[in-house]
Amino acid sequence: MADTSATNAFVEFERVQKSYDGENLVVKDLNLSMPKGEFLTMLGPSGSGKTTCLMMLAGFETATHGDIRLDGKSINNIPPHKRGIGMVFQNYALFPHMTVAENLSFPLEVRKMGKSDREEKVKIALDRVQMGDFGGRRPAQLSGGQQQRVALARALVFEPELVLMDEPLGALDKQLRETLQFEITHLAHELGITVVYVTHDQTEALTMSDRVAVFENGRIQQLAPPDLLYEEPENSFVAQFIGENNTLEGVVKEIKGGTCLVQLDGGGLIEAKPINVTQAGERTRVSIRPERVEFNKDRMPEGAHTLKAEVLEFVYMGDIFRTRLRVAGTDNFIIKTRNAPDQVRLKPGQQIEIGWLAEDCRALDA
Amino acid sequence: MSDVNNATTAPNSALAAERAEDEYTGPMLAADGTPLKRSLNRALRRQKISALLLIAPLLIFVLVTFVAPIADMLFRSVENKIVQDTLPRTTTELKNWDSEGGELPDQAVYKSLYQDIYVAQERKLHTRLGSRLNYELTGASSLFRKSGRGVDDIGEVYQDQFEDLNAFWKKGENWNDVLGSDAWLATMKDWKKASGDAQPPFEMRDGIADILPQTANYYLIFADFVQNEDNDNLYKEDPWPLVYSAFYDDLTGPTAEQIAAYAGPGATELAQAAAAAPSFDSVDYAQAFADIDKDWVELPIWQTIATYSPRFTNGYFLNAVDMQKTPDGPALRPDDERIYWTLFKRTLFMSVCITLSCILLGYPVGWILANLPARTANLLMILVLLPFWTSLLVRTSAWKVMLQQQGVINDTLVWLGVVADDSRLALINNQTGTIIAMTHILLPFMILPLYSVMKTVPPSYLRAAKSLGATNWTAFWRVYFPQSVPGIGAGSILVFILSIGYYITPEIVGGRTGTFISNRIAYHISSSLNWGLAAALGAILLAVVLGLYYAYDKIVGIDNVKLGG
Repeated sequence: MADTSATNAFVEFERVQKSYDGENLVVKDLNLSMPKGEFLTMLGPSGSGKTTCLMMLAGFETATHGDIRLDGKSINNIPPHKRGIGMVFQNYALFPHMTVAENLSFPLEVRKMGKSDREEKVKIALDRVQMGDFGGRRPAQLSGGQQQRVALARALVFEPELVLMDEPLGALDKQLRETLQFEITHLAHELGITVVYVTHDQTEALTMSDRVAVFENGRIQQLAPPDLLYEEPENSFVAQFIGENNTLEGVVKEIKGGTCLVQLDGGGLIEAKPINVTQAGERTRVSIRPERVEFNKDRMPEGAHTLKAEVLEFVYMGDIFRTRLRVAGTDNFIIKTRNAPDQVRLKPGQQIEIGWLAEDCRALDA
Repeated sequence: MSDVNNATTAPNSALAAERAEDEYTGPMLAADGTPLKRSLNRALRRQKISALLLIAPLLIFVLVTFVAPIADMLFRSVENKIVQDTLPRTTTELKNWDSEGGELPDQAVYKSLYQDIYVAQERKLHTRLGSRLNYELTGASSLFRKSGRGVDDIGEVYQDQFEDLNAFWKKGENWNDVLGSDAWLATMKDWKKASGDAQPPFEMRDGIADILPQTANYYLIFADFVQNEDNDNLYKEDPWPLVYSAFYDDLTGPTAEQIAAYAGPGATELAQAAAAAPSFDSVDYAQAFADIDKDWVELPIWQTIATYSPRFTNGYFLNAVDMQKTPDGPALRPDDERIYWTLFKRTLFMSVCITLSCILLGYPVGWILANLPARTANLLMILVLLPFWTSLLVRTSAWKVMLQQQGVINDTLVWLGVVADDSRLALINNQTGTIIAMTHILLPFMILPLYSVMKTVPPSYLRAAKSLGATNWTAFWRVYFPQSVPGIGAGSILVFILSIGYYITPEIVGGRTGTFISNRIAYHISSSLNWGLAAALGAILLAVVLGLYYAYDKIVGIDNVKLGG
């Protein structure tokens, strides 16, 4: 998985553990290394330890065990203000008693930069986020999106090589969030900075990142580029957490070459790609993405595996149709079809036959 | 069905109204054609009225128990009608007297003074005036008391002469027969004190006031006093000596010639008296007062009365700032009589000290409370509030035990060897004691607003500042502290205003050098009874507080004061 060698790693977590109460580990044995210039997202449900990792990297929390290195040097004992890491907070954390320009000037002032240099850098940083005209305003006079732009500019104005973002778009509405997602990724690539981004929004993670680390229960469940994460989840948690997913439970009957046969609990025998099943008799969860399921006989791919299904619900979502089916004893089997002119709209109660390719169907841990 | 109709027509009429609005250029109209402003006002009026009704009980309560008494008290700081009310004739006569000429007032003034003091001493008002004037001129109190006793003798000179001339003038009945109206005399004869009925009010005989104007005047005062204040039978009461002197004045005055025309009861006695009066011994009023007390023939008492004759005075206020009224205008008091200016300065200085020490002690506590988990913070908050549940007197008395020379703190320090046994620290009955005790008592008023403001400052601000490269101190000073300033402001205003008017604690632990202006105000209210001065001091204190509040608003901005949220 993490195929970055230790030699060119910029940020490294080595066997990091964190406990708040001395009884439970919030972060369990974290190993992670990032090359310079990477945009890495820590994704996970709340309480999964992702924010704690970010805070340890920023220096606001100390690791109970293990080593965190930045550019090859251990930073465990360096106070936050000497780490030179930019940070963007969820609530923006713009200082309300300072103007926008003063907020941006603050990190330069504490670095004892001259006045004219400061003004120049502040101007460049504000222009970069299209906030050049707002230097004299107070944060309270700005909208949420504008505040987040300023917060971004402030985190970048002192030219840190690493920028941490803690759910920066969490408080914004959907449209603004999407615009800012693009702006942030563009800025990051343009400036060549390394970004660690924390979010619980998987779409955000998939669209923005070079790699995504999926956190659950204090561990990284999978660390992979977005496409691999979506298409080749390594365990059922990741499969469930990333995107929409259909799960069928059953027992492995036979493993043969690149495929295995699974006897479903609800009846039926299907062929799947074995991912973390090793022998016959093991329980497994088979995962199929809704958009990889076909019901139209004419489009059914060669060698597709078919099962009988009953339509329970049809939802029109604009660009796609979302249909809920009863398949092999589960009531929650979803298929998604594109809204094309020739697309069939299924009706509840209809009996159909669905099918998919064996390689799209992954047999994961139970 | 009609609902449906309405539903379909409503949008049309709304459209029509909108179209009409586009063309209409006058004031904005509501849907029914009335001006929008007026219908808005009508809609808001009901809200305003109900809001007013909701606060009305409190408003009335506050007006009655707070605003009115304070206004009345403040009014006393300029009110001075006691001089004019007690000495009405004297003050009128004195208007023509030049207080700076170095001459004593003339006979007329002394005569008015006799009349005024006579009436006042009958009503027992002269001692009150005496104590009022004593604030301005030491000795006035005893002077008036003495004069009250002496004025009886002055009028008796005439009384004796009239009574010697004819025993007729000795008796109250005869006076009433001459001066009272026939109708009144008739009802008066039927009246019995024992019956419990009200005494018929005295009525003057027609025409008698033209013949004996002054006698009539003073007899009315006398009758009123006997009937309404003494509740005696006027018919049987012998007149005051004052009436005799007025009688003498009438008989020797310009109206004397009309007496011949009088034909009512006692006409012959009256004619006889009129004939004899010019040869009576007359009274030298000035000399008479000089005999009572020689202060009456010196200038200061007359200057004081003249200075304080107006109904309103700035004298109390001048007193309150260590000045006094002199014939040449306001002037500073002698050095050894100046106390209030020092007290004001001390009160302000100590209130500032108390406020500062509350900030120093309260800020860290507020910070800790705001940054602890809610459970622990609540527990500690109880400890902060604990003093509120203990009586103020108990806490202050506890400080007395702690701070005295043989007290706990000194004992501990001696035991530790920090101070020698013979040089124990003087921690009480001075400013130190007051500052220590009041800081302790007022500390919660600083901590509470600080805490509630600090609680609203997200910890992410400090983190953001540190991530931007600020050291702990810079992050605190540049980012956290400015945001806690509203809390400091609110706490300081509370503590400062409370301490500037504090009374009990300085009274108990302050000794002589640690007392506040409020202790002086309390002294004038309850001991010296100089309420006017107390009111003036209070008004100045109020003005100082309002002035400081205004300055605070200008410098810091009152919007920057937060009690939380």
